[in-house]
Amino acid sequence: MTRYRVAVHVVPRRGLLDPQGKAVADALHTLGFAGVASVHVGRHLVLEIDAHSESDAREQTSNMCGRLLANPVTEDFEIASVSAV
Amino acid sequence: MKFGIVTFPGSNGDYDAYQSVVEGLGEKAVYLWHKDHDLQHVDVVILPGGFSYGDYLRAGAIARFSPIMREVVAHAERGAPVLAICNGFQIACEAGLLPGALLRNASLKFVCAPVSLRVENASSNFTSAYGANQLITLPIAHGDGRYSADEETLDRLEGDGRVAFRYAPDALQAAESYNPNGSMRDIAGILNAGGNVLGMMPHPERAIDSVLGSADGLPIIESILHRVAA
Repeated sequence: MTRYRVAVHVVPRRGLLDPQGKAVADALHTLGFAGVASVHVGRHLVLEIDAHSESDAREQTSNMCGRLLANPVTEDFEIASVSAV
Repeated sequence: MKFGIVTFPGSNGDYDAYQSVVEGLGEKAVYLWHKDHDLQHVDVVILPGGFSYGDYLRAGAIARFSPIMREVVAHAERGAPVLAICNGFQIACEAGLLPGALLRNASLKFVCAPVSLRVENASSNFTSAYGANQLITLPIAHGDGRYSADEETLDRLEGDGRVAFRYAPDALQAAESYNPNGSMRDIAGILNAGGNVLGMMPHPERAIDSVLGSADGLPIIESILHRVAA
């Protein structure tokens, strides 16, 4: 078993109203960042997992996202990185 | 009739639910601790409002894995009634008892206010004591009440008469300001396919006596009594 550090992004599904992202985008426009087309605010989770391999760590994380870490109705997740600790 | 009211860490509507059943209607009620595995032979389960597990991760996401929830899901699958209020509604959605999800209010503000609702289905187990299309007033108190689901689910809910309550303008309200959270199709409460689970963001248990500003919540519990006792 090796310990892996896995980073996951969970973001609101595209097309769903994201008032938090819109509020941040509006604030950035107020600051003069006129080029900001859109903002989506989500969660970044960092897990440390004991797994047999990198793909095992990835698969476990994917299951965790499906069952708890993301809501399949309203959110998408992406495993951003997996690295041995 | 015996009601079971689940207390999760962070529930704050459990006592109000108890009072509405015991003081409001003179029925029996017990508290069910989230770590218990035993529903104590209750006829009706109430999932109360509050902030279970501090709303960590997502409202209701962690509470749905509480030991008692396995029994609550089995109770619902047997066709027995579950009334899921506010945070209870969020938990019921996370647990798959009801479709969809409750997202952050469109205004990003926590809203605590009486709201006007229209009874869309006055023949369900939970709403038969209301008149069809009756306008009622119930309090809301939530930050994550924007009901969301895909279009197909919304069409199915409407087609099958499973929208129990909608936010609706009362005589004094402007047409554009009556929906307090931006919920899709103004949905405030829905039924499951079997009609034995009602999830709603407004708080009927806080509107059981005119002294509290409204007694419009009492017919929900009366409806359950009529149907389940029948």
